[in-house]
Amino acid sequence: MEVKINISLKKGVLDPQGRAVESALISLGYSEANNVRIGKQITLEIEAEDASRAQQRAARMCETLLANTVIEDYSIEIADPS
Amino acid sequence: MRVAILVFPGSNCDRDMMVAVETITGRRPALVWHKDSQMDPVDLIILPGGFSFGDYLRCGALAARAPVVEAMLDHASRGGAVLGVCNGFQILLETGLLPGTLIRNERLKFVCRSVNLQLQHDHGSPLLSTLDPGHSLTIPIAHNEGNYFAQKDDLEMLRQNGQIAFKYIASPAFGPDNPNGATDNIAGILSANGRVLGMMPHPERAIGNGHPSSDGKLLLRAILQGVA
Repeated sequence: MEVKINISLKKGVLDPQGRAVESALISLGYSEANNVRIGKQITLEIEAEDASRAQQRAARMCETLLANTVIEDYSIEIADPS
Repeated sequence: MRVAILVFPGSNCDRDMMVAVETITGRRPALVWHKDSQMDPVDLIILPGGFSFGDYLRCGALAARAPVVEAMLDHASRGGAVLGVCNGFQILLETGLLPGTLIRNERLKFVCRSVNLQLQHDHGSPLLSTLDPGHSLTIPIAHNEGNYFAQKDDLEMLRQNGQIAFKYIASPAFGPDNPNGATDNIAGILSANGRVLGMMPHPERAIGNGHPSSDGKLLLRAILQGVA
Protein backbone atom coordinates (compact mmCIF):
# COMPACT_ATOMS: atom_id res chain seq x y z
CA MET A 1 0.00 0.00 0.00
CA GLU A 2 1.31 3.43 -0.87
CA VAL A 3 1.56 5.72 2.08
CA LYS A 4 2.20 9.45 2.15
CA ILE A 5 3.28 11.03 5.38
CA ASN A 6 3.22 14.79 5.77
CA ILE A 7 5.33 16.26 8.54
CA SER A 8 4.83 19.87 9.48
CA LEU A 9 6.10 22.12 12.24
CA LYS A 10 3.67 22.66 15.07
CA LYS A 11 2.05 26.06 15.44
CA GLY A 12 4.20 28.35 17.51
CA VAL A 13 7.48 26.64 16.63
CA LEU A 14 9.84 29.07 14.98
CA ASP A 15 10.65 28.18 11.35
CA PRO A 16 13.74 30.17 10.38
CA GLN A 17 13.79 28.55 6.94
CA GLY A 18 10.16 29.43 6.28
CA ARG A 19 10.81 32.99 7.36
CA ALA A 20 13.78 33.34 4.99
CA VAL A 21 11.74 31.92 2.11
CA GLU A 22 8.89 34.29 2.93
CA SER A 23 11.13 37.32 2.75
CA ALA A 24 12.57 36.05 -0.57
CA LEU A 25 9.04 35.69 -1.96
CA ILE A 26 8.18 39.20 -0.83
CA SER A 27 11.33 40.61 -2.41
CA LEU A 28 10.30 38.88 -5.68
CA GLY A 29 7.08 40.90 -5.58
CA TYR A 30 4.77 38.33 -3.99
CA SER A 31 3.75 40.71 -1.27
CA GLU A 32 0.67 38.59 -0.54
CA ALA A 33 2.85 35.71 0.78
CA ASN A 34 2.46 35.25 4.48
CA ASN A 35 3.17 32.67 7.17
CA VAL A 36 5.44 30.40 5.07
CA ARG A 37 6.17 27.11 6.82
CA ILE A 38 8.38 24.35 5.48
CA GLY A 39 7.68 20.70 6.19
CA LYS A 40 8.55 17.41 4.59
CA GLN A 41 6.81 14.58 2.87
CA ILE A 42 7.83 10.96 3.21
CA THR A 43 6.40 8.36 0.86
CA LEU A 44 6.70 4.64 1.42
CA GLU A 45 5.08 1.34 0.65
CA ILE A 46 3.69 -0.77 3.44
CA GLU A 47 2.60 -4.34 3.10
CA ALA A 48 -0.62 -4.61 5.04
CA GLU A 49 -3.89 -6.48 4.81
CA ASP A 50 -5.97 -3.31 4.74
CA ALA A 51 -5.77 0.46 4.82
CA SER A 52 -6.54 0.77 8.52
CA ARG A 53 -3.68 -1.59 9.41
CA ALA A 54 -1.32 0.38 7.15
CA GLN A 55 -2.48 3.58 8.78
CA GLN A 56 -1.81 2.13 12.22
CA ARG A 57 1.72 0.97 11.29
CA ALA A 58 2.54 4.31 9.68
CA ALA A 59 1.40 6.14 12.80
CA ARG A 60 3.72 3.95 14.88
CA MET A 61 6.60 4.77 12.52
CA CYS A 62 5.88 8.47 12.94
CA GLU A 63 5.80 8.22 16.71
CA THR A 64 9.00 6.19 17.01
CA LEU A 65 11.16 7.78 14.32
CA LEU A 66 9.75 9.78 11.45
CA ALA A 67 8.41 12.78 13.38
CA ASN A 68 9.75 14.59 16.42
CA THR A 69 6.49 15.17 18.24
CA VAL A 70 8.05 17.88 20.40
CA ILE A 71 7.94 20.21 17.40
CA GLU A 72 6.25 18.35 14.56
CA ASP A 73 2.78 17.18 13.63
CA TYR A 74 2.19 14.44 11.11
CA SER A 75 -0.66 13.32 8.91
CA ILE A 76 -0.97 10.09 6.98
CA GLU A 77 -2.63 9.42 3.65
CA ILE A 78 -3.13 5.91 2.34
CA ALA A 79 -3.48 5.77 -1.45
CA ASP A 80 -6.61 4.08 -2.67
CA PRO A 81 -5.49 0.65 -3.93
CA SER A 82 -8.20 0.57 -6.60
CA MET B 1 37.91 5.88 35.89
CA ARG B 2 36.35 4.05 32.96
CA VAL B 3 35.02 6.17 30.13
CA ALA B 4 33.40 5.04 26.87
CA ILE B 5 32.94 7.26 23.84
CA LEU B 6 30.23 6.15 21.41
CA VAL B 7 31.11 6.35 17.74
CA PHE B 8 28.54 6.63 14.96
CA PRO B 9 29.13 6.90 11.23
CA GLY B 10 29.73 10.63 10.86
CA SER B 11 30.95 11.31 14.41
CA ASN B 12 33.95 13.60 14.08
CA CYS B 13 34.81 14.73 17.61
CA ASP B 14 35.28 11.25 19.06
CA ARG B 15 39.07 11.32 18.84
CA ASP B 16 39.38 14.89 20.12
CA MET B 17 37.27 13.82 23.09
CA MET B 18 39.43 10.74 23.58
CA VAL B 19 42.58 12.89 23.68
CA ALA B 20 40.94 15.39 26.05
CA VAL B 21 39.83 12.68 28.49
CA GLU B 22 43.17 10.87 28.31
CA THR B 23 45.01 14.15 28.99
CA ILE B 24 43.02 14.53 32.19
CA THR B 25 42.77 10.95 33.46
CA GLY B 26 45.93 9.43 32.00
CA ARG B 27 43.77 6.57 30.83
CA ARG B 28 42.52 6.12 27.28
CA PRO B 29 38.74 5.85 27.01
CA ALA B 30 37.18 3.03 25.01
CA LEU B 31 35.69 3.90 21.62
CA VAL B 32 32.49 1.90 21.17
CA TRP B 33 30.98 1.39 17.70
CA HIS B 34 27.28 2.13 17.19
CA LYS B 35 26.44 -1.46 16.29
CA ASP B 36 27.61 -2.84 19.64
CA SER B 37 24.63 -3.69 21.77
CA GLN B 38 26.73 -4.82 24.74
CA MET B 39 29.07 -2.59 26.65
CA ASP B 40 31.45 -3.17 29.54
CA PRO B 41 30.38 -1.23 32.62
CA VAL B 42 31.81 2.30 32.69
CA ASP B 43 31.62 5.35 34.95
CA LEU B 44 30.82 7.76 32.13
CA ILE B 45 29.48 7.43 28.59
CA ILE B 46 30.21 10.29 26.20
CA LEU B 47 28.29 10.94 22.97
CA PRO B 48 30.62 13.09 20.87
CA GLY B 49 29.93 15.78 18.32
CA GLY B 50 29.76 15.36 14.58
CA PHE B 51 27.15 14.56 11.97
CA SER B 52 25.95 11.09 12.87
CA PHE B 53 24.24 9.43 9.90
CA GLY B 54 24.75 12.64 7.91
CA ASP B 55 22.08 14.45 9.95
CA TYR B 56 19.53 12.58 7.80
CA LEU B 57 15.86 12.97 8.78
CA ARG B 58 16.75 15.14 11.84
CA CYS B 59 20.05 15.68 13.65
CA GLY B 60 20.62 12.71 15.94
CA ALA B 61 17.37 10.95 14.98
CA LEU B 62 18.92 7.85 13.42
CA ALA B 63 21.76 7.58 15.94
CA ALA B 64 19.21 7.67 18.77
CA ARG B 65 17.85 4.31 17.52
CA ALA B 66 21.27 2.59 17.20
CA PRO B 67 21.97 -0.60 19.21
CA VAL B 68 24.69 1.04 21.33
CA VAL B 69 22.20 3.70 22.41
CA GLU B 70 20.02 0.97 23.93
CA ALA B 71 23.02 0.04 26.07
CA MET B 72 23.55 3.71 26.94
CA LEU B 73 19.90 4.02 28.00
CA ASP B 74 20.31 0.95 30.25
CA HIS B 75 23.37 2.55 31.82
CA ALA B 76 21.48 5.81 32.36
CA SER B 77 18.46 4.04 33.83
CA ARG B 78 20.77 2.53 36.46
CA GLY B 79 21.90 6.06 37.39
CA GLY B 80 24.99 6.00 35.16
CA ALA B 81 26.54 9.28 34.05
CA VAL B 82 26.24 10.46 30.44
CA LEU B 83 27.67 13.50 28.64
CA GLY B 84 26.43 14.49 25.18
CA VAL B 85 28.23 17.24 23.29
CA CYS B 86 26.73 18.99 20.26
CA ASN B 87 25.47 16.15 18.02
CA GLY B 88 25.69 14.02 21.19
CA PHE B 89 23.26 16.46 22.84
CA GLN B 90 20.98 16.23 19.81
CA ILE B 91 21.05 12.42 20.15
CA LEU B 92 20.20 12.57 23.88
CA LEU B 93 17.18 14.76 23.09
CA GLU B 94 16.07 12.38 20.33
CA THR B 95 16.14 9.46 22.80
CA GLY B 96 13.92 11.42 25.17
CA LEU B 97 16.46 11.10 27.98
CA LEU B 98 16.54 14.90 28.08
CA PRO B 99 13.50 17.05 27.22
CA GLY B 100 13.12 19.37 24.24
CA THR B 101 14.89 19.55 20.91
CA LEU B 102 17.43 21.57 18.95
CA ILE B 103 16.15 23.34 15.86
CA ARG B 104 17.89 25.27 13.11
CA ASN B 105 19.88 28.32 14.22
CA GLU B 106 17.70 31.41 14.12
CA ARG B 107 19.84 33.12 11.48
CA LEU B 108 20.16 29.98 9.33
CA LYS B 109 23.94 30.02 9.52
CA PHE B 110 26.41 27.51 10.84
CA VAL B 111 28.04 29.23 13.81
CA CYS B 112 31.63 28.33 14.70
CA ARG B 113 33.23 30.50 17.36
CA SER B 114 34.01 30.76 21.04
CA VAL B 115 31.19 31.71 23.38
CA ASN B 116 30.98 32.60 27.04
CA LEU B 117 28.91 30.30 29.18
CA GLN B 118 27.69 30.80 32.66
CA LEU B 119 27.31 27.83 34.91
CA GLN B 120 23.84 27.98 36.46
CA HIS B 121 23.28 26.99 40.05
CA ASP B 122 20.97 25.17 42.31
CA HIS B 123 20.85 21.68 40.94
CA GLY B 124 23.64 20.05 42.89
CA SER B 125 24.45 17.67 40.04
CA PRO B 126 27.52 15.56 40.86
CA LEU B 127 28.85 16.31 37.37
CA LEU B 128 29.20 20.01 38.13
CA SER B 129 29.46 20.09 41.91
CA THR B 130 33.15 20.98 42.02
CA LEU B 131 32.60 24.15 39.97
CA ASP B 132 31.38 27.41 41.46
CA PRO B 133 27.87 28.44 40.39
CA GLY B 134 28.00 31.57 38.28
CA HIS B 135 31.44 30.56 37.01
CA SER B 136 31.96 31.69 33.43
CA LEU B 137 33.66 29.49 30.86
CA THR B 138 34.96 30.22 27.36
CA ILE B 139 34.29 27.25 25.09
CA PRO B 140 33.74 27.03 21.31
CA ILE B 141 30.51 26.12 19.59
CA ALA B 142 30.21 24.77 16.04
CA HIS B 143 26.71 23.95 14.89
CA ASN B 144 23.82 24.63 12.55
CA GLU B 145 21.05 23.23 14.77
CA GLY B 146 21.72 24.51 18.27
CA ASN B 147 18.61 26.52 18.88
CA TYR B 148 17.17 24.90 21.99
CA PHE B 149 13.41 24.57 22.04
CA ALA B 150 11.10 22.87 24.51
CA GLN B 151 7.41 22.83 25.22
CA LYS B 152 6.23 25.20 27.93
CA ASP B 153 5.74 22.62 30.68
CA ASP B 154 9.17 21.08 29.99
CA LEU B 155 10.81 24.51 30.17
CA GLU B 156 9.02 25.24 33.41
CA MET B 157 10.21 21.92 34.83
CA LEU B 158 13.81 22.64 33.76
CA ARG B 159 13.70 26.05 35.42
CA GLN B 160 12.07 24.87 38.63
CA ASN B 161 14.39 21.90 39.13
CA GLY B 162 17.50 23.88 38.28
CA GLN B 163 18.16 21.58 35.32
CA ILE B 164 19.50 24.37 33.13
CA ALA B 165 23.24 23.77 33.36
CA PHE B 166 24.69 26.52 31.16
CA LYS B 167 23.48 29.71 29.54
CA TYR B 168 25.20 31.75 26.86
CA ILE B 169 26.24 35.14 28.21
CA ALA B 170 27.40 38.28 26.42
CA SER B 171 31.07 39.15 26.40
CA PRO B 172 33.13 41.97 24.93
CA ALA B 173 35.32 39.44 23.13
CA PHE B 174 32.61 37.27 21.62
CA GLY B 175 29.68 39.65 21.20
CA PRO B 176 26.03 39.22 22.05
CA ASP B 177 24.84 36.50 24.34
CA ASN B 178 22.74 34.30 22.13
CA PRO B 179 24.48 32.77 19.10
CA ASN B 180 21.61 30.65 17.80
CA GLY B 181 18.23 31.80 19.12
CA ALA B 182 18.08 29.24 21.94
CA THR B 183 15.18 29.71 24.36
CA ASP B 184 16.37 31.40 27.56
CA ASN B 185 19.95 31.36 26.15
CA ILE B 186 20.12 27.70 27.06
CA ALA B 187 23.43 26.06 26.11
CA GLY B 188 23.16 22.88 28.17
CA ILE B 189 20.73 20.99 30.38
CA LEU B 190 20.75 18.23 32.99
CA SER B 191 18.43 15.30 33.57
CA ALA B 192 16.27 15.38 36.69
CA ASN B 193 18.75 13.14 38.55
CA GLY B 194 21.64 15.40 37.48
CA ARG B 195 23.61 12.55 35.94
CA VAL B 196 22.93 13.19 32.26
CA LEU B 197 24.34 16.40 30.79
CA GLY B 198 23.77 17.61 27.24
CA MET B 199 25.48 20.72 25.91
CA MET B 200 26.11 22.43 22.57
CA PRO B 201 29.61 23.85 23.28
CA HIS B 202 32.63 21.60 22.73
CA PRO B 203 34.76 21.30 25.89
CA GLU B 204 37.17 18.97 24.05
CA ARG B 205 38.09 21.92 21.83
CA ALA B 206 39.21 24.04 24.79
CA ILE B 207 41.88 22.02 26.57
CA GLY B 208 44.82 24.41 26.11
CA ASN B 209 47.75 23.51 23.83
CA GLY B 210 46.92 26.03 21.11
CA HIS B 211 43.18 26.07 21.81
CA PRO B 212 41.60 29.45 22.54
CA SER B 213 41.09 28.49 26.18
CA SER B 214 41.52 25.64 28.62
CA ASP B 215 38.10 26.03 30.22
CA GLY B 216 36.90 22.86 28.51
CA LYS B 217 39.58 20.95 30.38
CA LEU B 218 38.39 22.51 33.62
CA LEU B 219 34.83 21.43 32.88
CA LEU B 220 35.75 17.91 31.75
CA ARG B 221 37.94 17.48 34.82
CA ALA B 222 35.02 18.50 37.05
CA ILE B 223 32.73 16.02 35.28
CA LEU B 224 35.29 13.22 35.52
CA GLN B 225 35.86 13.94 39.21
CA GLY B 226 32.13 14.03 39.76
CA VAL B 227 31.56 10.54 38.39
CA ALA B 228 34.68 8.93 39.89
